[in-house]
Amino acid sequence: MSVLIILLLPLLAAVLACVRGHRLWAPVVTVAANLAGLTLAVRLVWATAAGHSATAVMNFGLWRWIAVDGLSALVLLLVAFVGATASIYSAGYMAHGDLKPEKLRLYYANYNLFIFSMLAIPVLAEPTLVWIVVELTTLCSALLVSFDNTRAALEAAWKYVVLSLMGAGVALFGFLVLFAAMQATGGGVYTWGGLVTAAPAMPPVLLRTAFVLILIGLGTKVGLVPMHTWLPDAHSQAPSPVCALLSGVETTAVLYVILRLLPVMQAAPGLRAGTWAMALGLASAGTAAFLLLQVRDYKRLFAFSTVEHMGIILFAAGLGGAGGSQGAVMQMLSHSVTKSFCFFAAGAALLTLGTRQIASVRGLFRSSPAAGAALLFGALAIGGAPPFAVFLSEFSIIRSGLVQHRYLATLLLVLFITVAFFGIMRHVNRMVFGRPEAGARGSLAAPVPLPFTCRLALLLSAVPVLVFGVWMPDSLHALLRQAAQTLVSP
Amino acid sequence: MNALTPFLDNLNALAGGLFLLCAFGMVATRQARGCLNWFILQSLLLAASAFLLGWLHHSVHLFGVALVNVVAKPVIVPWILRRTAPAEIYTRREIDQALNIPTSLLIALALVIFAFFLAQPLAAAVGPDFRGPNVPIGIAGLLLGAYTLTVRREAVPLIMGLLAMENGAFLTGIALARDLPMLVELAIATDGLIIVVIVGVLTRAVEQHVGTTAVGELASLRESAAETTGREGAE
Repeated sequence: MSVLIILLLPLLAAVLACVRGHRLWAPVVTVAANLAGLTLAVRLVWATAAGHSATAVMNFGLWRWIAVDGLSALVLLLVAFVGATASIYSAGYMAHGDLKPEKLRLYYANYNLFIFSMLAIPVLAEPTLVWIVVELTTLCSALLVSFDNTRAALEAAWKYVVLSLMGAGVALFGFLVLFAAMQATGGGVYTWGGLVTAAPAMPPVLLRTAFVLILIGLGTKVGLVPMHTWLPDAHSQAPSPVCALLSGVETTAVLYVILRLLPVMQAAPGLRAGTWAMALGLASAGTAAFLLLQVRDYKRLFAFSTVEHMGIILFAAGLGGAGGSQGAVMQMLSHSVTKSFCFFAAGAALLTLGTRQIASVRGLFRSSPAAGAALLFGALAIGGAPPFAVFLSEFSIIRSGLVQHRYLATLLLVLFITVAFFGIMRHVNRMVFGRPEAGARGSLAAPVPLPFTCRLALLLSAVPVLVFGVWMPDSLHALLRQAAQTLVSP
Repeated sequence: MNALTPFLDNLNALAGGLFLLCAFGMVATRQARGCLNWFILQSLLLAASAFLLGWLHHSVHLFGVALVNVVAKPVIVPWILRRTAPAEIYTRREIDQALNIPTSLLIALALVIFAFFLAQPLAAAVGPDFRGPNVPIGIAGLLLGAYTLTVRREAVPLIMGLLAMENGAFLTGIALARDLPMLVELAIATDGLIIVVIVGVLTRAVEQHVGTTAVGELASLRESAAETTGREGAE
């Protein structure tokens, strides 16, 4: 039941946010709904980690399409967590500009619908329904990307919508072929679990076609190279809390759908889906790492880093085995929490300085210590410096690559991660350290102070970034183990 | 199986052929209005094909698909477009496509041949029951929709391209996956309508704030141009 409440909460909040009221009404409702959702999600995760399937009782009628296992509980938790921190961040960030009340209400209503669509991805287990909610994530976030209504933001939103929906069309075809493959085995329940069971008997041609189509179609939305062209635009032009959602969890949630197909492909003999995933993952990580070097806009910097990390996760999942799968789910966790923090930090810098140009920011540390420290912290964490969560997950991926004797591929991955690290640090160092130049935009006489809720959200989301690098609660550890098992074919 | 089977098969093939023709029409038309009309016709043909296949295979699901298509696409889509997107879009003639129309049609032809190649192994794998024109023509419709998306610049033809891709996927779907749950069919149809609403609203915003609906010409966001675009974000 709690699954349904988790889904209904954001819908309710979306309706309530539309109600005319005090200026604080919509943000308060949104924050409350998202915090309640997070609490329920954490309880669900505990139950799942302890081995109680929360959804077993609902195995009839329409409810059989709702199922939460280890992997989907992980994605659910990530969406709920970033949804909650980003809603807190929004409260201060969106109040800053002089927005009209109805525009603000629209923002929060849209925000909650977007959260709903993302929460529905892991909860649903019927692939075509999952396709629909993936499509909904695009549609619900399109107007958030274009929210500023500047020429650049509108252009980014158009590219985002057209390319994502184009990909969705291809993916729909893939899912229909997958359904046909399922029917060819004589039926069965068309869910993720049912697919794994039926996979050995499916015609390989259909399964392979479906996988390629879905990989291309949904890969567009994940931002895999060469379908990534829209991603840096959309993920940099949206308001910063939305960027955190787009980059932190939307990509991960869609990648989750692709990862769901890997055990199906493994169950069928003779289809080397893992190798394809590794190749595409490496291509994404490599291209993004080198593109990172030449950005001029610091939000685009983090957007390219998302492409890189999606590549790393896909690589790890393609590597497979216990080690690779464990690395992939850990990387999903660490990337989501870290990247959302990075965009909060970037938003803080944007708010205080009013520019996104790396070149026009100097000595942020002096002009605004909080924003400077946050940006440096985020850059180190997402680049994979030692005490942070990303370091741990990247390290375990590299180790399992070496254990499985994939030396060349692992070497390339190490190279790309290193290039990306230096790329990020080079840009962020320029911005954070040094002396504010006279006349440069970074040296505004009185930088805008950071709103309280922004500081609070930064602080809250910094906790897992730091803590998961050194210690992880037992229940979360158990959840990650379960999630990794879901990725490996029985 | 009944005496009508060959006749229905032929009718379905006819619907498929006309469906493909509509996809060509969308590539070739310059007016937004014309593009919309081709799309409406295509959706009706999709519905006809679903109806015929439903009759052939005694499938109530497919009747449902036909009904949903008749209601949602020819009626509701134009209605939503008229309410969301600016009205003068319809009268606008697209002067410069990325490629001229004869070249476009040649490429479209090549795509169709390619689609037939792609469809062969698929149709062979699903068994004799599913042979027929739907699989290759559906793939062709998908590819032509994608092609429309890449060469068009005006907003309405772009939306039509998106929906045509979905039509193509569906035409294959009604042959390949005819037992898809009704709820899913309905959800997919609703989804198509939401696409029109959102993209229509976006078009209006582009027209208001940028002053054009030739959205394909928005191309300022890239690394080298970041200098000029980056400043607006702080507002």
